[in-house]
Amino acid sequence: MKRIVFLLLSVAFTLSACVPKGPAELTVMTHDSFAISEEVVQAFEQANNVKVTFLASGDTGAALNKAILTKDAPLADVLYGVDNTFLSRALEAEIFEPYQSPALANIPAAFQLDPENRLLPVDYGDVCINYDKAYFVENDLPVPAALEDLLMPEYNGLLVVENPATSSPGLAFLLATVAHFGEPDYLDFWAALRDNGLVVVNDWETAYYANFSASSGRGPQPMVVSYGSSPPAEVIFAETPLDDAPTASIVGPETCFRQIEFVGILKGTQQRALAEKFVDFMLGQQFQEDMPMQMFVFPVNPDAALPEAFVKYAQTPGQPAQLDPADIAANREQWIAAWTETVLR
Amino acid sequence: MALRINHGDTKTRRFIYFLRDIVPSWLSSRFFLWLFPLGFIGLFFFYPLSRILTYSFDLSVLTPENLRLTSSVLLFTLYQAFLSTLLTLIVGLPAAYLFARFDFPGKALLRALTAVPFMLPTVVVAAGFNALLGPRGWLNLGLMNVFGLEVPPVQVVGTLGAILLAHVFYNTTIVIRVVGSALLQLDPRLEAAARTLGADSRRAWWHVTLPLLRPSLLAAGILVFLFDFTSFGVILLLGGPGFATLEVETYIQALQMLNLPLAGLLSAMQLLCTLVFSVLYTRMVAKTRVQVSPRAAQYNLRRARLWREKVFVYGIGLLLVVFFILPMLALPLRSISRLEAARGQRTDVQYGLTTDYYSELFVNRRGSLFYVPPIRAALNSLGYAGLTVIFSLLMGFPAASALARPGKLERWLDPLLILPLGASAVTLGLGFIISFNRPPLRLLASPWLIPLAHTMVALPFVIRTLQPALASIPERLQDAASSLGASPFRAWLTVDWPIIWRASLAAATFAFTVSLGEFGATALLTRPEYPTIPIAIYRFLSQPGGLNYGQAMAMASMLMVLATVGILLIERLRLPGAREF
Repeated sequence: MKRIVFLLLSVAFTLSACVPKGPAELTVMTHDSFAISEEVVQAFEQANNVKVTFLASGDTGAALNKAILTKDAPLADVLYGVDNTFLSRALEAEIFEPYQSPALANIPAAFQLDPENRLLPVDYGDVCINYDKAYFVENDLPVPAALEDLLMPEYNGLLVVENPATSSPGLAFLLATVAHFGEPDYLDFWAALRDNGLVVVNDWETAYYANFSASSGRGPQPMVVSYGSSPPAEVIFAETPLDDAPTASIVGPETCFRQIEFVGILKGTQQRALAEKFVDFMLGQQFQEDMPMQMFVFPVNPDAALPEAFVKYAQTPGQPAQLDPADIAANREQWIAAWTETVLR
Repeated sequence: MALRINHGDTKTRRFIYFLRDIVPSWLSSRFFLWLFPLGFIGLFFFYPLSRILTYSFDLSVLTPENLRLTSSVLLFTLYQAFLSTLLTLIVGLPAAYLFARFDFPGKALLRALTAVPFMLPTVVVAAGFNALLGPRGWLNLGLMNVFGLEVPPVQVVGTLGAILLAHVFYNTTIVIRVVGSALLQLDPRLEAAARTLGADSRRAWWHVTLPLLRPSLLAAGILVFLFDFTSFGVILLLGGPGFATLEVETYIQALQMLNLPLAGLLSAMQLLCTLVFSVLYTRMVAKTRVQVSPRAAQYNLRRARLWREKVFVYGIGLLLVVFFILPMLALPLRSISRLEAARGQRTDVQYGLTTDYYSELFVNRRGSLFYVPPIRAALNSLGYAGLTVIFSLLMGFPAASALARPGKLERWLDPLLILPLGASAVTLGLGFIISFNRPPLRLLASPWLIPLAHTMVALPFVIRTLQPALASIPERLQDAASSLGASPFRAWLTVDWPIIWRASLAAATFAFTVSLGEFGATALLTRPEYPTIPIAIYRFLSQPGGLNYGQAMAMASMLMVLATVGILLIERLRLPGAREF
C-alpha cells in the first residue's frame, strides 16, 4: 500500500513539477528511422556543452504533423526528417526559421530545394526496384532496364510495390512514374502493370519481408520497391558473411525517385545559437560519414567518405526521376486518389 | 535498522486503520467513487479529443465525395466487425466452457498462452501468419510438395478471411477470460435443479446457464466488437490495400494526406458509432442484472470422465493448440533457425539451428545511440505494464463498484466509460499533442504519459471485467454481514473480495497485456529514453537484412515468453483474503 501511495505521489509530483533548469538542452524532433552513433553525438555535446535530446515522433508524416500542431508551443528546437515529398507542405505551415548555414557552401545546389533555407538538405536516398539476383540467373531472365520493361509478359506477377497512400517508398515510386510518363499517361502504365500481375501491399515491411524472394522472409516476388541502399544492408546484416549482395537495384534512367531529407530550425526556439550549431554539425563531415551505416542513406556533403559496403554494393542512378516539390504538394492527394482508383478498385 | 522497521510498521498499521475507517465511507459515497475515474477519463480522453475535433472541424469537409467515402468505409468497418465478433464468440465460448468446467494437464499454461496473441504487435503477427499461411508459407509449401502443385493453393493473406482469422486469433482471449470467469463462479445447483426437474443438458444450458451468463456475454461481445471496429494493424498488414476501416482511413488522411478535417470527420463518425453501441450495450445489460450466490470454483471444476466430455476437452484443447499455439510457434522457431539454401532458390529451404540472433541482440555493433539492450527493453516493458495494472485497477475498482449498483447517474455515465476503446487512436494521439504541449500540462515530455495512455485503453477492460462480478454479489449477503456486526470494510473483505478476486486477476491480466502490446495512441507518444520491446522489434524490422529479421523474431519471442510468464504469475497469485469458500 505504501508503494502505491508513493507511486501516486510521484505521479502527482511529475504532473505538477516544472522541468528543472540544468545545463543547456537542445531537443531535436526526428522521425522514427533516425539513428546516430553514440560517440558522434557525444562529440557534439562535449564541444558545445549541451545535452541533446532526440524526440522520435513516428513516421515522417506523423513527425511533421506533430511539429505543425504544436507550433505555438514547440516541443523541439530542431526538426529533422522532412523529405522532398512533404517539403512544400512543411514550408506552407510556416514552422521554420531561415538559417543560412556556412556549411551549405559545400553542398551541391541540386539538393538545396528551399531558396530561403528554412529547410536544409542532410541526406538522400533513392527509392528503386530491388531484384533477387539469383532468381534472374536461375530463370535465365534479363533484368528489366526501364519502367516500360515491367509490362512485358515474362515479368507477370514478379513485382511487389507499396501502397502510396500508406507507405513513403510506395509514394516515391508513384512519383517516379509520374515524372517519367507524365500526366495522365502514368495511369495507363499503372493499369497495364496491374494487368501484368502487380502485387500491392500496404507497407515496406510486408513487401520486403513477406513478399520479396531475396529477403529472409523468402516471398514469391523477385522484385520489390525498396531503397538503393538495401543491397549493402543485406550484406552488412547478413546471417552468414556474404561475399556479394544477394540483391541489386534497377537503376535505369528515371526508374528511381530520389528522396532528400531536410533539417530545419523550429520557430520559437529559445536555443537559436545551439540549434544553428546542430544544423552545421548535421551537414558537417563527422555526422555525414556516420549516417550511411546508421540510417542507410547517402550524405549530401561530397566530402563525406562512404563506407566500403556502400561503395561496393549500392548503385546510384545516373538519372533519378525528379519532380518539383511544389508540384508534389499541389497534386499529391489527387495522384494518390487516381492511383487508388486505377490499381485497387 | 530494527527500530526503523518498527517505526515503519506502526505507521503502516496506523495507515491501515485510517483506511479502514475512511474507505467504507468513501465507497458508500458515489461522488468519491467517480472522482478518480471520471477525472482521469475527462483529462486524458474527453479533453484532448474535443480539442482535436474542434481544431480540425471544418464545414467544407462535408462534400458529397467525402460523405460517400466515409459511409462506404463505415459500412465495411461495421461488416467486418460484426462477422469477426460472431466468429470470436463461436470459437471463444466452447473454450471458455472448457476452462471453466474441466481440469486437465497443462491447463494453466494453455490458458496463459491463449492470452499471448492479444499483446503481440501486429507486425509480428503478420510475420507469423505469412510464415504459416503466406504464399511461401509452410502450409502452401507443404501442399505444393505433396500434390506437386506449381502455384500456392491457399491464398489467405490479403483477403477478408485473413482479417477475420486474425481478429479471432487476437480476441478470443477476451471471451475466454470474461465469460470464463463468470461461468466458473456460477452456482452449479441451478443447473442441477433444472436437470432434476427433467430438463436435458441442452435445455438446462439454454434456459438456465446461458441467461445467467448474459451480462458477461454482452460485456465480452462489446469489448471484442469495439476492438474489431477500431482495428488498424490487422487491416493494414493482413488485409492489405484492398480494405480500409475508419481507423485506417483516418490514419491515411491525417498522417499521409495531412487532411485533418476529413480525418476529424471520420473519427467523429467512429466515435458516434461507438457511443451508439455503448448505449445499446448498457441498456441491454441493465435488463439482465443477475445476482446469484457465487460458488467456489472447485464445485464447478472436474476432470473429464464420460467419453463425451473427454472428446470435448481434447477436441477443443487440440483446436486451441492448432489455432493459437502453432502460429505463435512460428516466431520462436524462426528466431533460432538459419536459412541455409542459396537465396533465390525457390524450394527446398534447409534450416540450420543458430543462437546468433539472440547473442547479437546483446551487441551494439554500430555504436548506435538508439541501441536497445534487450534486458532494458524488457524491464521498461514490464515497468510500464506494472504501472498500467496499478493505475487501471485503482481507477477501475471504484467505477465498477458504482456501475454494479447503478443509479440514475450511472446509467448516463456507463456508456461514456466504454468510449475510450472506440476512439480513433490516431486522432486521440494528435489530441494529446495539442493538449499536453505546454505548461501546466506539458506532459508530452514526461515518460508517465505512456502508462497513462495504456491505462486509458485498459480501463474499459478492467471495468467490464469487474462489473459483472461485482453486480453478482447478492446484497443480502452484505446485509447479513452488516447485521452480524461487521464493519463495512470487513463486510467487503469477507463477502465481496472472495467473489471478485478472480475477476480482479482477469482484469489485471488485461491491463498487463494491453500495456505490453502497446495499443492505441502510444505510437505517437513513444519516448526514446525508455524503449520497450515492441519499439525494439519495429526498429529491427524497418531495415533490410537477415540479421535484422532474425533479431526481430528473437525479440518477439522474448516478448512472448515474458507475457506468458507474467500472465502465469498473475493468475497464480493467491491474494490475501482470496480463499475459496
